[in-house]
Amino acid sequence: MKITFPHMGNTYIVAKSLLDDFEVDYVIPPFNSKKALEIGTKYAPEMSCLPLKINLGNYIEAFEEGADTVLITGGCGPCRFGYYCEMSREILNDNGFNMDILTLELPNGNLKEFMKRIRKLTGGFNIPKVIKVVKDTLHVSKKVDSLEKLTFKARPREVKKGSVDRVYKDFQKDILNVKGSKQILKSIENTKNKIMRLEIDKDYEPLKVGIVGEIYTTIDFFTNLNIDSKLGGMGVEVDRAITVSGWITEHILKAIIPYRKDISYKEASKPYLGAMIGGHAQETIGNSVLYANMGYDGIIQIYPLTCMPEIVAESILPSVERDHDIPVLTLILDEMTGEAGYITRIEAFIDLLKKRKERREIGEELILSGN
Amino acid sequence: MKKKIGIPKCLLYYQYYPLWKVFFEELGAEVILSDNTTKKIMDDGVKLCVDEACLPIKLFYGHVLNIKDKVDYLFIPRLTSVSKNEYICPKFGGLPDMIKHTVKDLPKIIDTEINLRKSKKKAFTTALEIGQFFVSDKTKIKKAFKEAITSYGEYRKKVKQGVIPTDILDKKLSVVKKNDENMLNIAVIGHSYNLYDKYTNMNMIEKLKNNGINVITVDMVDGKIIDEKVKQLNKQMFWYFGRKAIGSAYHFMETGEIDGIIYLMAFGCGVDSFICDFIERKIRKNSEIPFIVLNIDEHTGEAGMDTRLEAFTDMIRWRYRDENNLSAHG
Repeated sequence: MKITFPHMGNTYIVAKSLLDDFEVDYVIPPFNSKKALEIGTKYAPEMSCLPLKINLGNYIEAFEEGADTVLITGGCGPCRFGYYCEMSREILNDNGFNMDILTLELPNGNLKEFMKRIRKLTGGFNIPKVIKVVKDTLHVSKKVDSLEKLTFKARPREVKKGSVDRVYKDFQKDILNVKGSKQILKSIENTKNKIMRLEIDKDYEPLKVGIVGEIYTTIDFFTNLNIDSKLGGMGVEVDRAITVSGWITEHILKAIIPYRKDISYKEASKPYLGAMIGGHAQETIGNSVLYANMGYDGIIQIYPLTCMPEIVAESILPSVERDHDIPVLTLILDEMTGEAGYITRIEAFIDLLKKRKERREIGEELILSGN
Repeated sequence: MKKKIGIPKCLLYYQYYPLWKVFFEELGAEVILSDNTTKKIMDDGVKLCVDEACLPIKLFYGHVLNIKDKVDYLFIPRLTSVSKNEYICPKFGGLPDMIKHTVKDLPKIIDTEINLRKSKKKAFTTALEIGQFFVSDKTKIKKAFKEAITSYGEYRKKVKQGVIPTDILDKKLSVVKKNDENMLNIAVIGHSYNLYDKYTNMNMIEKLKNNGINVITVDMVDGKIIDEKVKQLNKQMFWYFGRKAIGSAYHFMETGEIDGIIYLMAFGCGVDSFICDFIERKIRKNSEIPFIVLNIDEHTGEAGMDTRLEAFTDMIRWRYRDENNLSAHG
């Protein structure tokens, strides 16, 4: 059994740590690319959402490198992600890619089935080992996220443009060569120190933009065309409430272990969206409100075309925009997205935010030029 | 004066109207429906709604605009789930919020959550909650609920016998042209609000019927058969419609009485995008039944739709006529 898994931003680092520690044989698919997307688009249903298309591309590229089992998580709706496993199984088998799909989920609270799948994955069931590995993996995921947060802060303040990205991109590539959670943690620590040593402008006060939206497109840097570093390069500090570690703890671990969930965004979204409707719609609304309260200058919502929960969120966001006086830009991605148009929109949005902030600082009323 | 409650004539209207109507009327309210879908309703909806939403949701906006000034209450329940362990669609769950935050000058909205995911018994408590808007007497609500369930049961029974829901809802039988060709049985899979809204699907069902075709829709398949058929799925289907569609598709494949299957999908529908592909794969792999996907959106041209329907039915007829006497020389 040779396992593979789909890419989603930095998730591969976390998955690598998990599989290394369990000593499972695996293949990390080549990084998301135009090629992966093209392969996926060819096989996936035309109107399915973008993540499925890229995932399929990942599986097929990994298949060519010898993988025969796909490890993904599932869920029971109402978002389409819950049926990714079955769709992928059908599509792969119909097209002659003989791959098995291993879904880590609790099918209707069926713990036995879950244990069976874990056993299949780890080959045996050594409880202390499983607990230790899960704990270490969680630690890695948190460290990866805090490193990412550090780049969010460092990028707009860097003196030499692109210096943070250079260190960070090297880290993302080099991590493929180390093995096990211990070494991964060490590598993260090294990178952190390297970034800390970079020359930064401490007095610079950047614009702050919160990124909300569907998890895959907000986290995956290929899909969102490196929005973090693009905004960072424009001197904007970004923040993203949805993270890999948050997703692992909230959606996988806490579904199994009854533990208090983080509900601050739920409270915040209550006046706008009264119930959980699947996907990340509630997070999108709630986090937008929270960002507004924290004094952010703007919000960017990102989601893949036809994403059901985010369409609901998009319809409601204008109310948040009005009530909390914070500009919102919605960016929708699919396989046709052109980079130039995308950047133009982001730049225009940031320019508006800058002017808005300046005007507020000076306290001048808006006067339109006669020319 | 009777309180007026407005029900937009789209989405789950086609499934639950007999239930809702009797329930509200028993409580002494006057039920007011929006008009049949027209170009104006569609255009209004398209203008108001976010671009990315699917056609039925856009239509819903249009219907709300059409009716909102005529009523005291608007019935837009938060439809999270209507069956155990299943959902409908995220957009249905967020519908009252979407409407509230987009449409201005709305009457009072009844947005009680209907969520039968955990247990069917919740239906009654939900009815109690909705009933409170009109009367406070619980026994009266209970009686109304009972009547409503009976009315719904009768409706379902008729539909299962093969009556097209709109014939019951509009209280008239559609006139079918006489056709001398052999009767064909064609199954149509799709959301009820796409199948029965004559404007959006450009009268598809009637066109088929006038062409000498006996139309069978997913709503006519018995629930028990569907439950039985979906057992062959690897993973439980968590969409109410998805389960119904996949179960019926298996049923259509196995009965041997179906001559062709049409899948009517709305552009941008997330559920359809997966279910349609899934069903197509199964049908193409396991059977010889002709299958066609028709996609509708707000721009659909009627001529294109007609051509495809005609081509599909002709193809089936020719298949029966010519299949066995093709020239061996090509």
